Amino acid sequence: MRRYSAFAIAREGARYHQGWERAWNSPVPKKKYDVIIVGAGGHGLATAFYLGKNFGITNVAIIEKGWLGGGNTGRNTTIIRSNYLQDPSAAIYEKARSLYETMSQDLNYNVMFSPRGVIMLAQTQSEIRGYQRTAHANALQGVTTEWIEPARVKELVPIINLDGPRYPVLGGLWQARGGTARHDAVAWGYARACSDMGMDIIQKCEVTGVMQEGGKVTGVQTTKGDIACDKLAMVVAGNAGDLAGQAGFRLPLDSVALQALVSEPIKPCMDVVVMANTVHGYMSQSDKGEMVIGGGTDGFNNYTQRGSFHHVEETVRALIETFPIIGRLKMLRQWGGIVDVTGDRSPIISKTPLGNTFINCGWGTGGFKSIPGSGWAMAELVAKGEPGPLAADFGLNRFREGRFIDESVAAGVAH
Amino acid sequence: MLTLHCPNCGVMADETELHAEGEAHIKRFGPGSSDEEFENYLFERKNPKGVHFERWRHVAGCGKYFHAARNTMTLEVYGTYSAQTLAPPKTLVNAIKKKHPEWEGWA
Repeated sequence: MRRYSAFAIAREGARYHQGWERAWNSPVPKKKYDVIIVGAGGHGLATAFYLGKNFGITNVAIIEKGWLGGGNTGRNTTIIRSNYLQDPSAAIYEKARSLYETMSQDLNYNVMFSPRGVIMLAQTQSEIRGYQRTAHANALQGVTTEWIEPARVKELVPIINLDGPRYPVLGGLWQARGGTARHDAVAWGYARACSDMGMDIIQKCEVTGVMQEGGKVTGVQTTKGDIACDKLAMVVAGNAGDLAGQAGFRLPLDSVALQALVSEPIKPCMDVVVMANTVHGYMSQSDKGEMVIGGGTDGFNNYTQRGSFHHVEETVRALIETFPIIGRLKMLRQWGGIVDVTGDRSPIISKTPLGNTFINCGWGTGGFKSIPGSGWAMAELVAKGEPGPLAADFGLNRFREGRFIDESVAAGVAH
Repeated sequence: MLTLHCPNCGVMADETELHAEGEAHIKRFGPGSSDEEFENYLFERKNPKGVHFERWRHVAGCGKYFHAARNTMTLEVYGTYSAQTLAPPKTLVNAIKKKHPEWEGWA
């Protein structure tokens, strides 16, 4: 792999950009791999990357039914934060956030990580208490967050209306090291690094069955033929329940649509990420100037990647009250992704009832921010066959044993 | 926008009047059941790609529960029926089967 650098740009500029290589290979699948990862989104590619980087396992195929990073990885609102209430969540999300800080250097790919700060607005009395509690929990977990008063919110976000008639801003939880990153670049950067390590990224190849023998996985049936493997990692977000069904077990998940939208581009007006969980809306401004807006999920099971219009209306109505300046903006695009939601709103990184098969799913509405941490923990699980400290609490058995990691109160809506 | 016929009060209810309540016909387990049975009843869901039988509540209408058969891949609604039953009506199951011969049926 030729490294990207200022020198490379100068070199290619001098020869009409004829020397750029393809960022990753698209090979024909081999007959057998040590590890097959189903799903070439952020989490699947990160799993592959850390399998190679941390454990030296590079005979790996990443199989994707659509195109690379075309699911939720390319559909989220790119928010990165780690201000979670429960210890296991804070640990894995903070690991992810810290890996984002050096990701561009680690991958030699500019993921445009922008630690611009994230505010979660408190707009009810119970949110004030909830976020102050989270701030105390974060202090104990070593995650730097801070409770801030309305005057400080106004200082950070001059366009905000503190005195909305329905939901006045009463303060906020501020994480200065949170922010955003370019979501496509995260997938592309990992894909390029994986391909460089000799891994095969196989796109437009759908898994249609899981082959097993004596309680252990032996391979997968795909639209490009059967592929054998020693270990199988399922990292398919909204489609996890369907794939698990092919392997013969059920999951505690419901797949629902989550929507986002962007406005026409405007001049820079807001340089932090603002989340308003009570009113189901969150907003940041992209480098192109578009206001990127996320809303709440639909209540019903859905695999169509489009959601109900009234949720968009609810979100925008609430945001206009909080940010009157956006009232006349036109919206350019609106889209949906299918998120897999667990009962306790925490993910699953776990062994499964089928031997040598591992699953990473249930990130619900908060998957993007966790990509590197999730891949790190999943790679350890796949390589060693047992979860490491980051993944230990996120096993499937927690539902049977009643050990929930309950983030539904702290962060049930917006991520 | 999703509209469902409420079999309790007879109106065509708009999605904004309704609340989705998840999978229908879940077998319930009580005291004395095993951990596995509780896990299955409380958490594990079919979450199918395709035909889904589910509970809805007409919250901003009559307030009562009913069941619906809906396709999660196309958002097509096959029909709604009373919640006072342990299984979907045979006529509805047969109608869906006729439309989608490859569907494995209600189980």
